[in-house]
Amino acid sequence: MLSIAYDAAHLIDGSVLLISFALLYQRRLLAVFNAFSLQALLIACAAAWQAYVQDAPHLYVTAAIALIFKAIVIPYALRRIVARLQIHHTIETVIGVGSTMTAGVALVALSILLVLPVTFASGALTRESLAIALSVVLIGLLMMITRRNAITQVIGFMSLENGLILAAIGVKGMPLVVEMSIAFSVMVAFIIFGIFFFHIRERFDTLDMQYIETFRGDQR
Amino acid sequence: MLSAIFVALILHLIGGACGLAGEKFALRVVYLLSAAASGLAALAALAFLLGDGTPIEAVLPIGLPWLPAHFRLDALSTAFLFILNLVAALVSVFAHGYGTHDFEPKRILPLYPVFLAAMNLVLLADDAYSFLVSWEFMSLSSWLLVLANHRDKQTSHAAAVYLIMASFGAVALLLAFGILAGIGGDYSFAAIRHATPGMLPASLVVALVLLGAGSKAGLVPLHAWLPLAHPAAPSHVSALMSGVMTKVAIYALIRVLFDLVGSPIWWWGGIILLLGALSALLGVLYAVMQSDLKTLLAYSTVENVGIITIGIGLALAFKASGLTTLAGLSLLAALLHVFNHALFKSLLFLGAGAVLVATGQRDIERLGGLIHRMPVTAATFLVGAAAISALPPLNGFASEWLVFQAILNGTVLPQWLLKFALPVVGLMLALAAALAAVCFVRAYGIVFLGRPRRPEAAVAEEVPAVMRAPLAVLAALCVVFGILPGALIGLLLPVMRQLLGPNAVPFSHSTGLWLVPLRAEQSSYSGLIVFLMIAGLVGLLVWVIHRFASARVRRAPAWDCGFPDPRPQTQYTGSSFAQPIRRVFGTTAFRARETLDMPAPGETRPAHFAINLRDLVWEGFYQPFIRLVAWATEQIDTLQFLTIRRYLTLTFASLVLLLTIVAVWQ
Amino acid sequence: MAFIAQILHMALVLALAPLLTGLVRKTKARLLGRRGASLVQPYRDLARLLRKDAVVADNASWLFRTTPYLVFAAIWLAASLVPSFTTDLLLSPTADLIALVALLGSARFFTALAGLDIGTSFGGIGASREMMIASLAEPAMLMVTFTVSLLIGSTSLVAISEHVLLHDLGLRVSLGMGLVALVMVAVAENGRVPIDNPATHLELTMVHEAMVLEYSGRHLALIEAGAMLKLLLYVSLIGCIFVPWGMDVAGHPAGFPQGLASYLGKLATAGILLGLFETSIAKMRVFRVSEFLGGALLLGLLAVILLYVSRGL
Repeated sequence: MLSIAYDAAHLIDGSVLLISFALLYQRRLLAVFNAFSLQALLIACAAAWQAYVQDAPHLYVTAAIALIFKAIVIPYALRRIVARLQIHHTIETVIGVGSTMTAGVALVALSILLVLPVTFASGALTRESLAIALSVVLIGLLMMITRRNAITQVIGFMSLENGLILAAIGVKGMPLVVEMSIAFSVMVAFIIFGIFFFHIRERFDTLDMQYIETFRGDQR
Repeated sequence: MLSAIFVALILHLIGGACGLAGEKFALRVVYLLSAAASGLAALAALAFLLGDGTPIEAVLPIGLPWLPAHFRLDALSTAFLFILNLVAALVSVFAHGYGTHDFEPKRILPLYPVFLAAMNLVLLADDAYSFLVSWEFMSLSSWLLVLANHRDKQTSHAAAVYLIMASFGAVALLLAFGILAGIGGDYSFAAIRHATPGMLPASLVVALVLLGAGSKAGLVPLHAWLPLAHPAAPSHVSALMSGVMTKVAIYALIRVLFDLVGSPIWWWGGIILLLGALSALLGVLYAVMQSDLKTLLAYSTVENVGIITIGIGLALAFKASGLTTLAGLSLLAALLHVFNHALFKSLLFLGAGAVLVATGQRDIERLGGLIHRMPVTAATFLVGAAAISALPPLNGFASEWLVFQAILNGTVLPQWLLKFALPVVGLMLALAAALAAVCFVRAYGIVFLGRPRRPEAAVAEEVPAVMRAPLAVLAALCVVFGILPGALIGLLLPVMRQLLGPNAVPFSHSTGLWLVPLRAEQSSYSGLIVFLMIAGLVGLLVWVIHRFASARVRRAPAWDCGFPDPRPQTQYTGSSFAQPIRRVFGTTAFRARETLDMPAPGETRPAHFAINLRDLVWEGFYQPFIRLVAWATEQIDTLQFLTIRRYLTLTFASLVLLLTIVAVWQ
Repeated sequence: MAFIAQILHMALVLALAPLLTGLVRKTKARLLGRRGASLVQPYRDLARLLRKDAVVADNASWLFRTTPYLVFAAIWLAASLVPSFTTDLLLSPTADLIALVALLGSARFFTALAGLDIGTSFGGIGASREMMIASLAEPAMLMVTFTVSLLIGSTSLVAISEHVLLHDLGLRVSLGMGLVALVMVAVAENGRVPIDNPATHLELTMVHEAMVLEYSGRHLALIEAGAMLKLLLYVSLIGCIFVPWGMDVAGHPAGFPQGLASYLGKLATAGILLGLFETSIAKMRVFRVSEFLGGALLLGLLAVILLYVSRGL
């Protein structure tokens, strides 16, 4: 039982990380949304699996939240936004895809190097979940800084949140409050970003951050 | 056996003296004398390696009266002596034919034997004085050989950079040996070997040796002089510099790291490993971009030195963790690659020399189709190109395979950082190996295949037999050592025992047929069977198809999808072949930019296409240094205009300062 | 016994390779709503090509004429080292996974040179791009090797198959990533969609077909058969590393029928899956290939790194 529990969790965690890389790799906006849905779905699976293994029913709630909001509602809403704003479907990158992915692998190595010595005493699963969760968080940040388009920056931010949830469900006895707050923060962020998109669009006619930056007051 | 080598050295000196005589006489004598002397020394070294391996020592009263020179023949130095003299003998035979085509033979003939003798002496030296003096002789003679074609502006630039780097390297080595000898100041290697330096001095020695020997070997970022100087020399000298002199530097590295400095620390190995991986990858990336055949070969030397260095670094890390069998495997892989690279790189440089003699061209964009005009050169160059691209069953593959095996086994190392570094190093090495294949498909395909791009290439004549013979022998050696690497490994095992103790026995399960690094169920390889199977299958296919299917050949114009163009300019060129690699790797590694200026229809001006590559190592590493030196010289310049009283004050102040330091020290 | 198994295996791969290609073509045709040529059409094509005269360009050198034989022999040797129905093969210690990759590299080296030999622009474009693809695919393959070797402690194919068969490895993320990377490499190395289109002619995007454009008659037959054999080789490779079930490990003829049946099943599955995959995806631009293969490369690296975590070294 323990070995299967471990193997399945291991597999799901690894797949989440894989999707993070798929997010970095994709150049088309709709493919990014699909990948993000898939990641959220995997997060839901991971939460449900942990709920079953740890016998912690509150994790089912987390799974449901992830499934409904992140895998279905948010991607759908984003699609609507893209359709309504008629945003161009290719993503502009600041640095090349190859370099970004290399940096991503380096970040994974870094997080493993960071996490492993600290959690040496705890079990293999905790150790691994934490390492992968930290990698997902860092890759989310990387995605935010290497993409010009505001929507992909939002996706990067939410992928980062996925990483946090992964960390939370991997550790036994994490209270539900934290997860709720995480989920809410995502929602809030999403709403804020959504409002901002419209305003930005109205005002500057673009979602490209490079153009928007030139309007900042503190720039010469 | 030591005496035989000394006889060879004396022959070299006689050769050097003959080089000063009349040009016609010297051309006839010098290279043959060098070949004979090198052949003798190679035989002596082989005899020693086949013997029981007891070191032979000699103390000769050369140099200052109270400082006799120590010489020693042990397994490590003999292994390098063997490959040095084997290659030198073959190169000298080639040079006997090539020398008459030199621009000014008088500038080469006296120095060539001196260069060979100096390299021999570096390997023989058993004290720091004779080592450094021989090292300097080696540097200076090779520098003068680079200057042989001094009227070329690029040559003088190359020589200037080489001289600076060589002096810098020599200073670094001098300081390293100074630290090793310590306060006692006994400069014989025997005394150094018995001393045990502390961690800080030992690390300093390793850093200095990496600077000194690494700059001579061409490790990134100290490689800048190598692709300038190696191609500038006459081709036979280039072959020696790339094939052998870099190996002498590797020898210095191994001698200090494994023999003189005492027990290693793991992170030395890590740093050396990373430097090697960086050299391997960057070297071959530069090589793919070159259009000068000899520069391309020189950059590929940087790559191969990188591969060797990976083996050395890994061996050091294993040794530091007490894993002697694995250390033996890595070091053996490195040494095997030293041998193999010496063989195929000198083969390739000599081949480039033959092309140069036949066409007068080094630029691959002006060559093409030489396989029809120069069949022997083309066939031997193909063997060299395949060997350096690590294709089984040739020798380059055997050694690179062993390096990979060592890396795969490296994950048992206890250090976390090394564990993570190893897959990355393996990745870089794999990329380097694959890019080497790209590089040499390009070099061979553009130079020897296709249609001649210029008239010089269309009328080229095959070189005389005296130049073809060494090419053929070197190519044959590449094949033989590829299918029977066990023979070389048998010769090199005494080196492992000398450096790593009697327990370092990888290959204990190897037989003549199978190469088994550790355990048979883990990995094994047999070049002989690959060779025999491919030969057998090709024979079978030819027989079956020609007997039962069809054996007729019709000649016709090229098809080319129905649009063949008779102009040779429509062929793929070297730079167009490199375009995909430039796009994929070059935009990051060289900030490659392509600018295309296409005139609108109706305009009469020509279209213009330019590629802009930036050498980031030069810009990031050398230029700040050059600026620093320039700034410092400007500051110091004021010292030139002081009064005598001020000069005396300066002298007095420094005297007082030194005395204070001594007082505090005590 | 090992000797007989080896001979059987070599004959088997040679006999089955065109059938696999026929199956892929048939699947694609059916998915596109065509009836498609018969499954044995590739055999007929090869036989017809073998009977024809070889037409060789005026300025072709000896290298051009020997390359097809060399390339086919190298690929055949490589294919004869990958276990199919039994692991008891006489030649298996000849080369491990790394040497196998390098052996295929030799075949590619000479094909690329032959592409440059006539001096046509199509030959050059094909050779240059093929080498670019290889420069990323080979390292990716080696990273997969690294993962497998770290997990199993061996790079010998026979040892890997036996280890996977006899030990329970569990669900390993690293192995999954390795599988994905290996499939990506296999797609690229065999010139399948989305990297290259094996059915293309006279397009500026073709890679492998451009390189061998000047070949005809028996030479072309050898090149084509070599490509088919290489596809079979990669399918067998994926099979023997990741799904070796059904394979005979005892080296006893009693296990051969079962091994053979499972091998045929694996080939059929792979052929149909490949056909499905190829029809469902569009060919990518040449310079996106580097990102695709770079992805495979980094996936391999990631697999190795993650293995450290799960094993907690």
